[in-house]
Amino acid sequence: MRISQIVRIRTESPTVKTFMLTDRLCAKAKPGQFLMLWIPGVDEIPLSVLDAGDNLVSVSVKAVGDATRHLHALEAGATVGVRGPFGNCFTESRGRVLLVGGGTGTAPLLFLAKQLAAKTERLSFVEGAKTKDELLFVHELGGICNEKSLITTTEDGTAGLQCLVTQPLASLLDKEKFDMIYTCGPEIMVKKIFEMTEKRKLPIEASLERLMRCGIGLCGSCMIGKYRVCRDGPVFNAAQLREVQEELGISKLGFDGSRIPL
Amino acid sequence: MNGEFSLESNPLSISFAGLTLANPTILASGILGYSAESLNRVAKGGAGAVVTKSVGIAPRAGYSNPTVVQAESGLINAMGLPNPGIEVYSEEIRFSKTVLRVPVIASVFGYSAEEYAVVAKRAVEAGADAVELNVSCPHVKQTGAEIGQSPKFLSEVVQTVKAAISKPLIVKLSPNVADITVLARAAVEAGADALTAVNTLKAMAIDAETMRPILSNVRGGLSGAAVKPVALRCVYDIHEALGDVPVVGCGGVANWRDAVEFFLAGASAVQIGTAVAENTEVFQAVTKGVETYLRRKHYGSVKEIVGLAHRK
Repeated sequence: MRISQIVRIRTESPTVKTFMLTDRLCAKAKPGQFLMLWIPGVDEIPLSVLDAGDNLVSVSVKAVGDATRHLHALEAGATVGVRGPFGNCFTESRGRVLLVGGGTGTAPLLFLAKQLAAKTERLSFVEGAKTKDELLFVHELGGICNEKSLITTTEDGTAGLQCLVTQPLASLLDKEKFDMIYTCGPEIMVKKIFEMTEKRKLPIEASLERLMRCGIGLCGSCMIGKYRVCRDGPVFNAAQLREVQEELGISKLGFDGSRIPL
Repeated sequence: MNGEFSLESNPLSISFAGLTLANPTILASGILGYSAESLNRVAKGGAGAVVTKSVGIAPRAGYSNPTVVQAESGLINAMGLPNPGIEVYSEEIRFSKTVLRVPVIASVFGYSAEEYAVVAKRAVEAGADAVELNVSCPHVKQTGAEIGQSPKFLSEVVQTVKAAISKPLIVKLSPNVADITVLARAAVEAGADALTAVNTLKAMAIDAETMRPILSNVRGGLSGAAVKPVALRCVYDIHEALGDVPVVGCGGVANWRDAVEFFLAGASAVQIGTAVAENTEVFQAVTKGVETYLRRKHYGSVKEIVGLAHRK
């Protein structure tokens, strides 16, 4: 456990804040990797890295439970603990790539998009959220993709297309040829996207989420099939996703180790 | 397969307490043990047997994070025995037995002798090849103490479980005692077929900046390289005091040399836990290294070197 300071907090949406922390090791994190953040006296939670460099690391956090609400209540200058970076990362594909993010799942994909922008022939991004206020990083993404290659969707139609993020995908995947599809977001969404890429025999890398305790591949809390999401993942390719289809978007292990529906 | 045949065919095979293992490396309890699929992955990584996550009579969510913290040359964990309870876990044991080709040892804990016996019986009914008692959890009648720290309670638990099951009974001893041989003797006299030495060492981590204990449970158990010398001494003590009782060494084994040291101290097999994080195929690597060592030293089997460090 390394002690770190929150140097800056940015409000991204009514429910999401970005925290910039000092940490020499996590500053070297690659897109897809995560860190364990300790809120002293409260809890320790896994968070995807949004950005890293210059001895700093950023994470975007949605206030959903006790730990994240405590984190949202902290101010710049507060002390937290950090372990990591943990897990594997997205592979760098060339050619034409498509990134699909749902909710805070957009965070690691923004990090990836920044790295891929200069290396790929074409980068397209589809982002979905419940409502306009929760569409994250639209401005940053707009700067990376050109206007035509950024599609946004909202469930209530307050911005972009009124539909689920998966809806514009079918025609996009049929119309254009992609060398790689990257995705992160709610697992039901990931599962649907995986089904679409499988049908079209397209390569995919998806970042998954599970209950994390040790973060280093020992305790088994984050297993999906034979894989440890914390150590073998969190990024899985098509062949691996095929192996865990019985659990993908269906069930995970709960705190007591029993299988619970997602 | 009888012992002689297996020794002839495979120098790494080892038999103890009625179990025959193709090699002397065993997955330690608490590591990747929730599901049959994860146990199978470890078995495919070369483990000669696997020990499940400790299971009790009812589901337990365990402690909140942080549950694991890095220490110098080791890890401190306080998971809080998260487990789905024997009813749900029986299914996992049953499934394990259909996919794994190595013995499945069920780790069992309880808050009374009767609870231990009920859980052990159900684990065996589900197909467990042996039971390992985790006796390092608090005893309700004597808050703060561990069953494994009291010869009287330990004896009562072992006797009750022994009477309830027909499979080999292994007792995993706590190192957090003044004289481990007293507990080892109590367990064996009460009917234990083998002993695992040792469970984690009681430990804690405090952060200087926030001036707080790091683990949510404050205290946890130290594992990894840091505990190896202590575990080795415990195995040596037990072998010296109890001679032929089979002992499974556990504590900081990460390579063949560690394993060999445990055999020389008196262990018939070793358990590996913390090192699995780095490499789920550590079992294969250890076994291969042990094989090379035996050949180099001109020994025909692991059994031949067990306890050799005791030669005068």
